[in-house]
Amino acid sequence: MTELTKSDQGPDAATAQSAVANNTAEPAPARITQWGEIRHRFMANRLAVVGLVLVALLFAIAAAAPLIATHDPYAQDLTNTLADPSGDHWFGTDALGRDQFSRIIYGSRIAVVVGLASIFLACLIGCVLGALSGYFGKAIDSAIMRVADIFFAFPLLIGAIVIILVMGRGVLPVIISLGVFSWATVARLLRSSILSVREMDYVTAARALGAGTSRIILRHIMPNSIAAVMSYVSFSVGTAVVAEASLSFLGIGVSPEVPEWGNMISSARDFLGVKDFLWAYPSAAIVLTVLGFVFVGDGLRDALDPKLR
Amino acid sequence: MADATKQAEQAGQAGAPGQREPILQVRNLVKHFPLTQGLLFKKQVGAVKAVDGISFDLYQGETLGIVGESGCGKSTVAKLLMTLETATSGEVFYKGQDITKLSGRALKAVRRNIQMVFQDPYTSLNPRMTVGDIIGEPFEIHPEVAPKGDRRKRVQELLDVVGLNPEYVNRYPHQFSGGQRQRIGIARGLALNPEIIICDEPVSALDVSVQAQVINLMERLQDEFNLSYLFIAHDLSIVRHISDRVGVMYLGKMAEIGTDTQIYDYPTHPYTQALLSAVPVPDPEAREGRERIILTGDVPSPANPPSGCRFRTRCWKAEDKCAEEMPLLAVPSLYEGEDTPAAHESACHFAEVKQVVGAA
Amino acid sequence: MTTTEKTEGAPGAAPQGGKKTGPLLEVRDLHVEFKTRDGVAKAVNGVSYSVDAGETLAVLGESGSGKSVTAQAIMGILDSPPGRVAGGEILFHGQDILKLPESERRKLRGPKMAMIFQDALSALNPVFSVGNQLGEMFRVHQGLSKKDAKAKAIELMDRVRIPAAKQRVGDYPHQFSGGMRQRIMIAMAMALEPDLIIADEPTTALDVTVQAQVMDLLAELQREYNMGLILITHDLGVVADVADKIAVMYAGRIVETAPVHELYKRPAHPYTRGLLDSIPRLDHKGQELYAIKGLPPNLLRIPTGCAFNPRCPKAQNVCREDIPALHPVTEQDGTELDGRGSACHFWKETIHG
Repeated sequence: MTELTKSDQGPDAATAQSAVANNTAEPAPARITQWGEIRHRFMANRLAVVGLVLVALLFAIAAAAPLIATHDPYAQDLTNTLADPSGDHWFGTDALGRDQFSRIIYGSRIAVVVGLASIFLACLIGCVLGALSGYFGKAIDSAIMRVADIFFAFPLLIGAIVIILVMGRGVLPVIISLGVFSWATVARLLRSSILSVREMDYVTAARALGAGTSRIILRHIMPNSIAAVMSYVSFSVGTAVVAEASLSFLGIGVSPEVPEWGNMISSARDFLGVKDFLWAYPSAAIVLTVLGFVFVGDGLRDALDPKLR
Repeated sequence: MADATKQAEQAGQAGAPGQREPILQVRNLVKHFPLTQGLLFKKQVGAVKAVDGISFDLYQGETLGIVGESGCGKSTVAKLLMTLETATSGEVFYKGQDITKLSGRALKAVRRNIQMVFQDPYTSLNPRMTVGDIIGEPFEIHPEVAPKGDRRKRVQELLDVVGLNPEYVNRYPHQFSGGQRQRIGIARGLALNPEIIICDEPVSALDVSVQAQVINLMERLQDEFNLSYLFIAHDLSIVRHISDRVGVMYLGKMAEIGTDTQIYDYPTHPYTQALLSAVPVPDPEAREGRERIILTGDVPSPANPPSGCRFRTRCWKAEDKCAEEMPLLAVPSLYEGEDTPAAHESACHFAEVKQVVGAA
Repeated sequence: MTTTEKTEGAPGAAPQGGKKTGPLLEVRDLHVEFKTRDGVAKAVNGVSYSVDAGETLAVLGESGSGKSVTAQAIMGILDSPPGRVAGGEILFHGQDILKLPESERRKLRGPKMAMIFQDALSALNPVFSVGNQLGEMFRVHQGLSKKDAKAKAIELMDRVRIPAAKQRVGDYPHQFSGGMRQRIMIAMAMALEPDLIIADEPTTALDVTVQAQVMDLLAELQREYNMGLILITHDLGVVADVADKIAVMYAGRIVETAPVHELYKRPAHPYTRGLLDSIPRLDHKGQELYAIKGLPPNLLRIPTGCAFNPRCPKAQNVCREDIPALHPVTEQDGTELDGRGSACHFWKETIHG
């Protein structure tokens, strides 16, 4: 028995050592919260921080648009159309003499609202259906996935045109059509993630302990499968901004007089090669927005993976 | 010799008059996984006969080792005993109660007493829960075991019992090594004070030098808490070390079962003999005196097992009878009523002792 | 006989001269590092060993001991970055292959040295038939026609005793069982009759009865072609069955070398002794197992002095300060024991005490 205890204290002492060694310069016992660690890993990723700054900037601009804009974005000045960038009009003026800079600033509001709202809608539908599909499987799974396939296969633009024809032009129809046609990816992602997590031994272990369905879903399956969805969501906000701009570019998004990036690029078409600043600035705004969300998504994916250190 | 026989009698199944009552009785347990075809309308085209009618007893405080190669159904047995899979047919009696028929509250109560330790210490712990949450979860599911205020203390006690620093309750699994994680898994298994622990390859994912630590820990815990272990493994040396009795499985069937001496020193089933002779022994001197039986071919598919004796396709003793008649698991007629360690249950028409492990 | 013909006949970068001098492969003071987010992990710290033609060297170690990394450095398939050979020499037929340009080293892999991996399923390409992958070796390295390559592939499959080779040559890797896949891997490694084979845990993923078949086959082919074999494993049982000599690795260093019989009979390093005592035996039921306390070290923070000192029952102050060299091991009366070495300050006490 003495030997038993001896050989057993051995690992304990060594355990203390190596566990400390595993955590650089942190005295045991260390209290590390899950969020603290995720934040730490996210902040250690330079691109993710750049992305976060871009996204924060976008939100700040959208919120403070009236303070930042130098002119009324709707105000036409027919005496000063197609002016090159100058001290008065930083980004020049368009064919109706509207201040480009102010229109880009106000355009961020549409980008933020449409991007977030449409993806929120997609997530809501996608998460509920994906979770049902992944956890219960069998007939429910087959049914939901076939519906998802249909939405997946249906071209977004054609679907959006149908919805907008029914509802008329405006911000809400754009949000709904983007949301309705992107939930399928969210559902598929969550489903496949749940399917792989469901087979993990820790889920089996919880079942073996006698845990009920809700505990298994909420404590074991969701926290481990939502990460895939969270980073996708950040990516797809960027995609939604592009899709929204495309709809406006095609003339089926928000009304043409509204300051919106797609609208601006669309009206710049006539001056291609002559007044390139007309499309260059709104395009740059779109690119920076998308990059911001993509970088954040990348950073989230890495930070949320507990295996990466 | 007489001693071994006494053990043999005790181990013998049906109504062995030993001092101990079996705590778990498995009778004709069967699990067939249907093979389906078709995208929308699934049609059953066959079945994988993972477990095909096995019976054994587990006694209080003993370790029953189950050995066999991949695909023999040993892990499915573990899942069936844990009622993680529903048996196709057969019974599992825990203290006289057939647990395969239970559900709801009654099943939950039984689960308190039968717990499991998993093979892979990396996937068996939820990476988003702290060690304290993982070991404390059993108490949340079965609140009657420990009052709320006591739980943290209980968790720390459990960490101490398995040889981990109790101050680590707030750490996450990835901050530990494989051996330490396995200790966490064992602590979780112990939390509800179970009587039976089913161990599915509990050390095979660990480094050699750490395996011994975990095995010693499991043996100490068995003595301390009077646990019964069903120890499933493919490593025959470890199984011999830890087991009181051993069952050898092949393609969903029990080929041979007996005490560790009976199986290792007096194997009567050709499969057991081949299995034992193939194990590399870490002693170059010992290998020279050993006879090695090298089997040809691979294990057949459990979806389409051979007729008669399942082992006949790889057996050097096989005759026509083996293809026609399925041998029953029983004491071979050759040794019936005899006072020898060879008189233990073996499912072979031509069961005969062949010593393959060099006696030390 | 076969060896000489083979070394001269095979195409590729046969190193000039020095063919008959020295061992087939000699690793000298090899260092390998990996850059990680948390710092530099020193995976291999001054490893030296050698293999002769026809000889089997077993490299024994636990995960993180550097046994596989050393092999990858020899083959030239180290993931770099993050991995990097930080020093040392690898002499193959007397020539330092670390100094060769990548194009020359590529010509060595296949005709001169080959590797067998643990996981045959992921080492074989799932979209090509087995015959195609075997034949590719001959098409690329020997310029054979498709038809001749296929005939060679069938011949190889026959040689590794795959039943009905002719019918199965067009099958894909997933259609074979684990043991058969491992045979195909062996066939592929043997295809160009290399001088050196490195087998990294070749049977770990296989069942016991299949393990024995595969090890037998490997040993038989090695004898037939008089190849040097480096067997990398953690299994003391497998080693005892096939190796001629053993190098035990711990934390990127060799802690003990010995001929196979000697090592099991009289280990000269406390780690080796601990390992031997900690494994249960099939042939007798022991009492409580001896357990080496503690855990293998973190390669980012290898303990000072002897890396094994925190786990060693014999550790003294000197062990915490000085890194022990690989001392030649002698009998008590001073007669040298051929091929034996121990990197322990107290090797005398360990072997004789």
